[in-house]
Amino acid sequence: MNAEVATIKTAAETALAHEFATARGRLPGDDAIAAQRKAAFDLFAKEGLPNRRIEEWKYTDLRALMRDAKPLAVPPDAAAKARAKSAGAMLGDVETRRLVFIDGSFVAELSDVANLESGLTISSLAAALAADDATVEAHLGKLAPAGDVAVALNTALMGDGAVIRIAAGSTTERPLHLLFVASAKPAASFIRSLVVVEEGARAMLIESHEGPAGSDYQVNAALELFVGDRAHVDHVKIIGEGEDALHVSTLAAAIGAHARFNSFTFTAGGDVVRNQLFLKFDGEGTLAGIRGATLLKGRQHADTTLVANHVARDCQSREVFKSVLDGEAHGVFQGRIIVRPQAQKTDAKMMTQALLLSDRAEADNKPELEIFADDVQCGHGATAGALDDELKFYLMARGIPAAEAEALLIQAFLGEAIEGIEHAGLREALMEAVAAWLKARAP
Amino acid sequence: MALLEIKGLHVEIDGKEILKGLDLTVNAGEVHAIMGPNGSGKSTLAYVLAGKADYAVTSGEVLFNGKNLFDMAPDERAAAGMFLAFQYPLEIPGVATMTFLRTALNAQRKKRGEAELSTPEFIKKVRDTAGKLSIEQEMLRRAVNVGFSGGEKKRNEILQMALLEPRLAVLDETDSGLDIDALKIVADGVNRLRSPGRSFVVITHYQRLLAYIVPDIVHVLSHGRIVKTGGKELALELEARGYAEYQEEVLA
Repeated sequence: MNAEVATIKTAAETALAHEFATARGRLPGDDAIAAQRKAAFDLFAKEGLPNRRIEEWKYTDLRALMRDAKPLAVPPDAAAKARAKSAGAMLGDVETRRLVFIDGSFVAELSDVANLESGLTISSLAAALAADDATVEAHLGKLAPAGDVAVALNTALMGDGAVIRIAAGSTTERPLHLLFVASAKPAASFIRSLVVVEEGARAMLIESHEGPAGSDYQVNAALELFVGDRAHVDHVKIIGEGEDALHVSTLAAAIGAHARFNSFTFTAGGDVVRNQLFLKFDGEGTLAGIRGATLLKGRQHADTTLVANHVARDCQSREVFKSVLDGEAHGVFQGRIIVRPQAQKTDAKMMTQALLLSDRAEADNKPELEIFADDVQCGHGATAGALDDELKFYLMARGIPAAEAEALLIQAFLGEAIEGIEHAGLREALMEAVAAWLKARAP
Repeated sequence: MALLEIKGLHVEIDGKEILKGLDLTVNAGEVHAIMGPNGSGKSTLAYVLAGKADYAVTSGEVLFNGKNLFDMAPDERAAAGMFLAFQYPLEIPGVATMTFLRTALNAQRKKRGEAELSTPEFIKKVRDTAGKLSIEQEMLRRAVNVGFSGGEKKRNEILQMALLEPRLAVLDETDSGLDIDALKIVADGVNRLRSPGRSFVVITHYQRLLAYIVPDIVHVLSHGRIVKTGGKELALELEARGYAEYQEEVLA
């Protein structure tokens, strides 16, 4: 019965097969890359789009949610480039080194790639693939989980992205900002980036995604991130897609010994969002803070799926994810912490909290702990509830109007996660984004 | 004109009648004490005046400065000069005390058509007031009431009252849980705010607080009604003889 159902292709699956068949000859990369693409596509052809029968996709049935597959995006025209100049406003006045991608294609003339500090190497994935770049050859595809169909589609169809190397011991002067903008075209972009932060290096990396409302474009973005021993990496992803967009993105990271790694995802945009984090703690003594804030309204659906795989001993990870759900929005959090037998003295604590602003909003939460070592501290907590009426009354009794009282409480709720971001300017920019979201919500 | 006029107030919570025909008139500049045994309806009265949602007013009326209090949302009552010092002030994690105070003060000023305070004006006002209440600057940097001791929470209520300068302050068992030093600080804070235009309703179970905040009029509340009204000497009488006779009176 199951096998029979799986053989019926949806319109989206058929369209993706067509895109791959027509594009494979011109997608960048040598024969080895072409073979990787083919193997990845074969997995998709066999499995189909992820659906609710697959446990990891239980709450986000992409097969049902993806009514069609858009044609692969083409490089942007002059008008799209002109519009992209105003992109990235959400970061406020945070000084960054910008790398701009429109519909997934790197746009050099809008990017800030001059005068790179020593130790920093930047290229586009398309250029690196064409040049048989050594960093790409050594690292591409090494972290992204091969069995995940969303990642497989990314590997099969990846067109462009960023390839960044930060040499041992060096520091980036400004945060690196990968700014992904969608044009108004309802196209699909498959973006693949690779960031290698070598031993003892310090880097801050921001990925932001935005696009116009009214266009049902599709984005599948994957980042493979290597964090070397004693490196310190802060990663922030902002999913601010247009309200009709489909966004699937994946962070696959391997973190070395005695490193510090922080990752924060801010999700406010998109119609359907799936944000995947696959983190592997490969070296001992690392501290990690994995956090997120999600704000949804209308009929938005956003799914955060995290796997923290503790392979080495003495690592500490803190996972804090908060979501605010209004209207008929649907927020999903799946968090799995795995502690391998040799990962003794692991200290991992996960907390997820959903604040429901409407009776019709839904929060699904699935924490999982898989512990194979015997000397560890692991825990998780999850809450879902409405705003506290008592607190709201206390604020109102002091003269604060209802909408403002709610806004203060919501900001406080999300602040607990956002505070974990080390960069003060970025912290403020995100709190501003929360304030703007709340203002738009107010009657 | 009376600042507060309560006439025949009946209030229920979850279908149970708590206030059963309460009458009370407070004129400008007066300090009233409302004393009574547990369960007599003291806190219900305080919450109904402030506008808490769980209470159903089944009959009677309350005029505040001549206007129907029940036409106003809690924030509107506050802007019109109503202040409730909570018996159990709430902790609000993530909301900085200074943000809270400033938001409240400016929201009230805005609603009254007054200019909002600038940051330096506001900070000066808070510092001056906090100093008089022995509130450390460090406390102001914390989230609202988070990690505060019972006494600190009560002092924070009085700080809010001093900043917001209400026309009527209702103090709901502000003395509960305070040691004698904290009680004196709180009472000093209240006494400094006494003025011909400002009134207080001090709700308490014990006479102790009234030695420091000397009332003009004392009422006994029992079974949802004011059963006796007198001068400040009534508080001493109650302290000596207890509430037993008032409870019996109603039962008889």
